[in-house]
Amino acid sequence: MEQYSSKVMDHFAHPHNVGEIENADGVGTVGNPVCGDVMRLYIKVENDIITEAKFKTFGCGAAIATSSMVTDLVKGKSIKEALQISNAAVAEALGGLPKVKMHCSVLAEEALKSALDDYYKKKGIPSPVRISADAGHEHEME
Amino acid sequence: MKKVYLDHAATTPVHPKVLEAMLPYFSNKFGNPSNLHDVGREAKDAVEEARAKTAALINVKPEEIYFTSSGAESNNFAVKGLVQANSQKGKHIIVSQLEHFSVLHPVKTLEKSGFSVTYLETDKAGLVDPADVAKAITKDTVLVSIMHANNEIGTIEPIEEIGKITKAKGVLFHTDAVASVGWVPVDVKALGVDALSLSGHQFYGPKGAAALYVRKGVRIKPQIEGGIQEDGRRAGTENVPAIVGLGKAAELAAAEVPHRMSYLTSLRDRLQQGLAEKIDHLVVNGHPTRRLPHNLNVSMWYVEGESMLLFLNMDGVSVSSGSACTSRSLKVSHVLTCIGTDAAVANGTLLMSLGMGNTAEDIDYVIEKLPPIVQRLRDMSPLYEDMIKQEKVR
Repeated sequence: MEQYSSKVMDHFAHPHNVGEIENADGVGTVGNPVCGDVMRLYIKVENDIITEAKFKTFGCGAAIATSSMVTDLVKGKSIKEALQISNAAVAEALGGLPKVKMHCSVLAEEALKSALDDYYKKKGIPSPVRISADAGHEHEME
Repeated sequence: MKKVYLDHAATTPVHPKVLEAMLPYFSNKFGNPSNLHDVGREAKDAVEEARAKTAALINVKPEEIYFTSSGAESNNFAVKGLVQANSQKGKHIIVSQLEHFSVLHPVKTLEKSGFSVTYLETDKAGLVDPADVAKAITKDTVLVSIMHANNEIGTIEPIEEIGKITKAKGVLFHTDAVASVGWVPVDVKALGVDALSLSGHQFYGPKGAAALYVRKGVRIKPQIEGGIQEDGRRAGTENVPAIVGLGKAAELAAAEVPHRMSYLTSLRDRLQQGLAEKIDHLVVNGHPTRRLPHNLNVSMWYVEGESMLLFLNMDGVSVSSGSACTSRSLKVSHVLTCIGTDAAVANGTLLMSLGMGNTAEDIDYVIEKLPPIVQRLRDMSPLYEDMIKQEKVR
């Protein structure tokens, strides 16, 4: 396997925004323990701006690092801006990911989308978010 | 920083005495064993001495040993070579589900070319039931291949019992002993096998030298053709320094196995006990007693293996993880699947394999370092959070 970038190792060893948010405005859980990674992302929203983001993740080094990075990226963003954050942006911000770990960045994107979807539902607004059923695992290979 | 290497199942360091024995064959004694002149003769003699030492370790005749490049090559040679040379007898093969991929993949290839294969299940400790082997054998069975000890969970299979069955039924029997030779006694006469694979770098020899024992009189089809080496059964100029190293490693093992067993069993038990005392929701995989003395395979709930491996590495500790996320396939170990380990738990597996260079101090260091890593990762794990909440509800 390719080695992790120093940025990935840094976010893995010292992850940002670990934890829960009580009474979060949006919570999303994606992944499957059988596949080896589960991400839960919490967001706090004020006046359409994401003021706080936290996560809990069960997974490999890349899963923890992408969780840390996506919560960093989303803080201070508007809901609309947050919806634009892609897995590629998360991977790029980490200085790249080994090919076999790209699915972790997809999972981070899906965890964010799932939290945003939950936010819309709690608000009673029709959700524009589309989440794939097998979030993060379409890249599995034999 | 302190360094503790607990990944001897991946590879071992070359023993200083092995290295010393090898060195002349890179320089002064560089000959090709196939040559008749003195330079070639010297290399030939060294290869034959190594063959005798390797044969002695497993109680067979030197002429029954074929040198190869790796355990994987030995397994491929055994499975394909025995089946192809004896296919007039039948087209059925029996293996266990927890064989190494270097047995399973050649078997799959044979399956695609028209052979039928029975993949035997094991019990939760990883043991094959000899009665299942007896039941699976038909008139069409040409080969049974069951590993001596499993490389991941360390379970030692009932090879002697299976050997009696295959002998009575007249079926060829190969065992992959790559994980066990050098760590526990391996006596081919007692095991009753027709072929056996072993690999030098697994027990203080160098990488690049391994062997396949094939009982005298058993037909085997060469897989590498075009040379007279190894009695015409394995072409290619011999890797003389590595073969000399394998021979020396075999000689050392023959003298040391009982000591290795008692020393490593006590260290391993210390590690197992220490971790089990400090980490809850920990499962020891494999058989409680019938297992390799230096093997400890543990699964910890709510944490993922690679994360533990990376944090341990930061503390100078080298281990392997059996988690899906580290293998290219992103699939849980087929061995853990075979013994019925829950897939979610299997992702939190560490394989720790000890060696003679490890001390009690090393073990205590790991017992000190791993539990806080597990706790830290659990505090980060949504699965652990859910479990705690559920326990509160109860």
